[in-house]
Amino acid sequence: MARIFAYIIHKNGVADDSAAELVAAAKQIEASTLATAIVIGRSADLDTVCGNLHTSYGEIWKVADDALAYPNAELVRQALVKVLPRDSVLLVPHEHFGIDLAPGLSIKLNAAFVSDVVAIDEVKSDSLKVVRQEFGGQVSAHVCCDISSGVVLTIRPGAFKPQGMSPANGVVVDKSSEVGALTARRRYLETVVAEAGDVDITKHTVLVSIGRGIQEKDNVAIAQELADAMGAALSCSRPVVDAKWLEKSRQVGTSGKTVKPKVYLACGISGAFQHLAGLKGNPFIIAINKNPKAPIFQVADVGIVDDLLEFLPELTNKIREMHSVSVK
Amino acid sequence: MEILVCARRVPDTSENEIALNSAGNDIERDDLVYSINEWDNYAVEEALQIVARIGGTVTVVTVGNDDDEEVLRREMAMGANHGVLISDPAFDGSDAKGIATILKTFIQKGRYDLILTGVQAEDGGAQVGGMLAALLDYPFASLVNSLEVLDGGKLKISREIEGGNKEINEIDLPCVLSIQTGINEPRYVGMRGIRQVASVPIPTFNASSLGIDPSNVGEAAARVKRVDYFVPALGKGAQMLEGSREENIDKLVELVAAKGGLK
Repeated sequence: MARIFAYIIHKNGVADDSAAELVAAAKQIEASTLATAIVIGRSADLDTVCGNLHTSYGEIWKVADDALAYPNAELVRQALVKVLPRDSVLLVPHEHFGIDLAPGLSIKLNAAFVSDVVAIDEVKSDSLKVVRQEFGGQVSAHVCCDISSGVVLTIRPGAFKPQGMSPANGVVVDKSSEVGALTARRRYLETVVAEAGDVDITKHTVLVSIGRGIQEKDNVAIAQELADAMGAALSCSRPVVDAKWLEKSRQVGTSGKTVKPKVYLACGISGAFQHLAGLKGNPFIIAINKNPKAPIFQVADVGIVDDLLEFLPELTNKIREMHSVSVK
Repeated sequence: MEILVCARRVPDTSENEIALNSAGNDIERDDLVYSINEWDNYAVEEALQIVARIGGTVTVVTVGNDDDEEVLRREMAMGANHGVLISDPAFDGSDAKGIATILKTFIQKGRYDLILTGVQAEDGGAQVGGMLAALLDYPFASLVNSLEVLDGGKLKISREIEGGNKEINEIDLPCVLSIQTGINEPRYVGMRGIRQVASVPIPTFNASSLGIDPSNVGEAAARVKRVDYFVPALGKGAQMLEGSREENIDKLVELVAAKGGLK
């Protein structure tokens, strides 16, 4: 088996949670040896990152360069092409940086590429069989991949659970001198932080959340009425924001807000992983969807297959009736 | 600006329940409703809006077969100037690199300032755009959710990163961008619009007209192959309420109240 490398995402001197998940993924490919971490960035940020990785990685390759202070995928790619052995297995988190970096990197390394891997199914000396999800998670696929000249895999965040293991005592190897001059035709300018909305969905314990199944802008009011009756806030999944039916600040998911409600009523939400990744704290999830195969039913506590546009108003009426009884 | 949009026809997940076929090796494709890949439709709309502001043309290209002409015509009805079909049995079984190789060869026969793809396809993995850029040796940016044309052969773009934040970049032309949903509001296409482009000829290229060596594409060259589809064994799964609607509502209210979800 070729050497396994893990690309470490870090910010402000702290490695991302994915660093531990990639250890777990690497372990499933090759149980007997520890993976090598690759840490790229500005020198001042790297020492604490590397220091925290030596307990879980067998070796840590450090590439320090002021040009890499912000992880511009084009520059990082040039650095990796210089440093990585050609038949490597490289694991990269499947998030916005990995999506930017990995496909083009695989071309420049002449390595195979599989994206958004959720499980490792079978390992042979020159091939891997992995699992991906397609069609919004409605079905999974086994994908076989020839790794004889290397492979780049992007790994879905959260799919591989970090496990306790004996400390690795990895050594840091400085590879900075192998990189040479870096030039980019894409230049990072700034990060614009998301605007706060009228309602802070992260502060609510009960969320009524709507997805594509709400069908039309005019139907959003049906869900708002239910939320009002329940004393809940209204949130949503990505398609509702794309269609401009609700503000971005109402979106739950990786590209929206991370929420920790006690109760989450998912109405017409299919349950794509990017949405579920924004749902923390193990809430009680109730899913209402007309599609019995919707992936949301795999993660929900309670499921109902029904037509939202009929079901929600009746639910609202029921809750209002209860309120009027209790007031009397 | 000369803009090329790479598009695909895919099973529409909002119109279909995707299920396994009886052999268990593929999804059930009979009676599937197909449409343009949602991300690609946003890319076409973005191209049309750029051209409306600064002039130029929009060409939509797809690698597929005769059935895929319908998405080209749909995007032409939206306003794209040209549709191009790239089709050859030798391309069957291509992996993402194979598709990117075919597109690269087509692109090098023309002259495009900007190449757009969708971020991902319903059955794909956010890969062809980045691969295509690397093969062309053009700069690339993924997850683009706003775009402004600057003077001097440059664009100012924003990328969607975590938590709804935006990463702002400047990128040199020519480049490849993968376009995220929500960047714009794609215009409606009526039946009348589609009828108007129904007889516009669609140029078709194959391996020999593009000068592609079949051994570099298709199944033979693919290092990545889908073996089969399956539905994973569920975890615990939801407790499904299967009573009448009234019974389900009563049960739901009881459960929500028990969890402190009613005020």
